[in-house]
Amino acid sequence: MKILVVDDEADVQPLFLQRFRREIRDHEFEFDFALSGEDALNYLHDKHSEVVLILSDINMPGMSGLELLSRIRHEYDEPPPMVMMITAYGDDENHRQAMERGANDFLTKPLDFNLLKEKLRTFTTE
Amino acid sequence: MDVLYFLAALILIRRLNKRFKFTPLYTKWHALFNVAGWVIILLYIAVQIAFENWVDSLIGAALLAGIVFYADREEDFRPWRKTFTVVYPLAAVGVIAGITGLVAGHFYEKNHGWFDIAVAAAFVWMFARWAASRKQEEELKIAAVKNTELEKLVAERTAEITKQKEELEETLKELRTTQAQLIQSEKMASLGELTAGIAHEIQNPLNFVNNFSDVSAELIDEMEEELTKGDIEEARAIAGDIKQNLEKIRHHGQRADGIVKGMLQHSRASSNVKEPTDVNKLADEYFRLAYHGLRAKDKSFNAELITNFAEKLPTAEMVPQDIGRVLLNLFNNAFYAVQKKQAAMGDGFKPTVEVDTALKGKHIEIVVKDNGTGIPDDIREKIMQPFFTTKPTGQGTGLGLSLSYDIVVKAHNGKIDVKSKDGEGSEFRISIPV
Repeated sequence: MKILVVDDEADVQPLFLQRFRREIRDHEFEFDFALSGEDALNYLHDKHSEVVLILSDINMPGMSGLELLSRIRHEYDEPPPMVMMITAYGDDENHRQAMERGANDFLTKPLDFNLLKEKLRTFTTE
Repeated sequence: MDVLYFLAALILIRRLNKRFKFTPLYTKWHALFNVAGWVIILLYIAVQIAFENWVDSLIGAALLAGIVFYADREEDFRPWRKTFTVVYPLAAVGVIAGITGLVAGHFYEKNHGWFDIAVAAAFVWMFARWAASRKQEEELKIAAVKNTELEKLVAERTAEITKQKEELEETLKELRTTQAQLIQSEKMASLGELTAGIAHEIQNPLNFVNNFSDVSAELIDEMEEELTKGDIEEARAIAGDIKQNLEKIRHHGQRADGIVKGMLQHSRASSNVKEPTDVNKLADEYFRLAYHGLRAKDKSFNAELITNFAEKLPTAEMVPQDIGRVLLNLFNNAFYAVQKKQAAMGDGFKPTVEVDTALKGKHIEIVVKDNGTGIPDDIREKIMQPFFTTKPTGQGTGLGLSLSYDIVVKAHNGKIDVKSKDGEGSEFRISIPV
C-alpha cells in the first residue's frame, strides 16, 4: 500500500521511514513524501493511481492541508484515495472542516505512531 | 566779606547735621555739630572785634579748610563727601586772600574788591553745587525707588518662571516614565500576540525530539535482535540511523532553544547594544512567529509566505531585539492586511506576504510586501504618528510603526519607505547601514 505523506517539515521523512522500518522491509507499506500541498498535487497528477492513502498536515504555508483535501476530493474521484489529516491544533474547527471536506480520519500532533499503524492496518483490511 | 567763610562753615555743619538725622550716626555726631555751630558763631564775633580784615579771612578760611579736612578723613562722612568738597574753593580763596594780606598788605588793600568778588563767586559756586547735587540726589532717590520696585518685580517673575520650569520638568519626567512604560507594554503586547506562534514553533521541534528518541529506542531493540540473529550488516545500518537520529534530536533541541532565547530577548528591556546580526535569520524567525501567531487566533487563515533572502549577506551592526520588533510589527501589519482582504473577498483571494533582503551599496535592505488592503492615501501621512491606528479600539496600540520609525531612523541611522496602493497592497522598505 502506497502512502503519500504531506508535511512542510523535511525531518518527517526519516521519522516515518524509521518508524515503519519493518513494514517497509516487509513491503506492507510504501511511503512517498511531499513538502507542500502544491507538491502533493503535482505528485498526484502523475501517480494518483498508485497512491492509496494520503496523510497530510493541515498547517502548512501556502496551500493548507484543508485546501489540498478539497482539491483532492474535487479532482481525484476514481478511485477516491483515503485522506487522513494531521494538525498541531487539535481543535474542533479544523476537525469539523476536515470532516466536512471529506477526510477519512483525523490525527493530532504529536503523532502516536502505534495508533497510526493500527489505523493504517484497519484501512488495509477494509 | 569774611562773614561768608563762617556762614559757609555754619551751613556746612547744619547740612551735615540734617543729613545725619534719622541715621544711627546722628547720636554720635549731633552734640559735636551743635558745639561746632556755636564755636563758629563765637569765633566770628571774636575775630570781628579783634582783628583786621585779612586776618579774619585767614582764620575763616582756615576754619573752613579744617572742618573739610577733618570731615574728609572721617569714615562716617564718606557718603556725603560731595557736600563738603565743594567748600574747598572757598577755603582756598580765603587762604590766598589771607596770605596775600599777610605778605603784601598794601597789594591786598588795593585789590580788596577783587578778592571779595572771588570769595563771593566761590560762595555762590558752592551753593550752586549743593543745589545741583540735591537735585541729583532726589533723582537718584527716585531711581533707587524705581529700581527697588523693578527688582521686586523681577524677583516675582523669576520665582514664577522657576516654578513653571519645575512644573514642566516634573511633567516631562512623568511623560518620559509613561513613554518608557508604553514602549514596554507595546513590547509585551506584541509578545502576547507572539505566544501562540512561539508555542507552535516550539511544539514542532519538541515533537521531533520526542519522536526521534522514541524511534531510536525501538531501533536499538531491533539492532539487538539483528545482532542475535547475526545479521551484522543490518545492525550496522540501524546503528547509522540511530546516529543520524541523535543528530536530529540535537538539531531540533537547538531550534527550540533558539526560539526560547529569541523570546526572552524580545521581552527583555532593550540593552541598546549593537552587535553583528544575521538579518536573514532574524527576518525568517520573526516571519514564522508572526504567521503562526495569527494562525493561532484565526485557524482558517492561510497565506503564502515568500522569502527571497540574499545569499552571502554581510552581518549588520544592530540591536537585534529592536530590529526584530520592527520586523515583527511589519509582518503583523502585513498579515493583518491580507487577512482583512481575505475576509472581504473570500476564497478567490490568495493572501501573500513576502520578505526580501538585499545588499544595496553600504546598506542592507529588508522589504516586507503584502497583497492586502493597502493604505488609503489620506492616512498614509499619519501611519508613523504615535497612537495612530486603524484597528478597532483595544486591538492596536498605535505605537508599532511609530516605535519602528524611532528604532530604524533614530537609533540605527536607517530609513523606512512606504509604498502602497489602496486595495492592492503595501510595501515597507527598511534600509540599515552595514
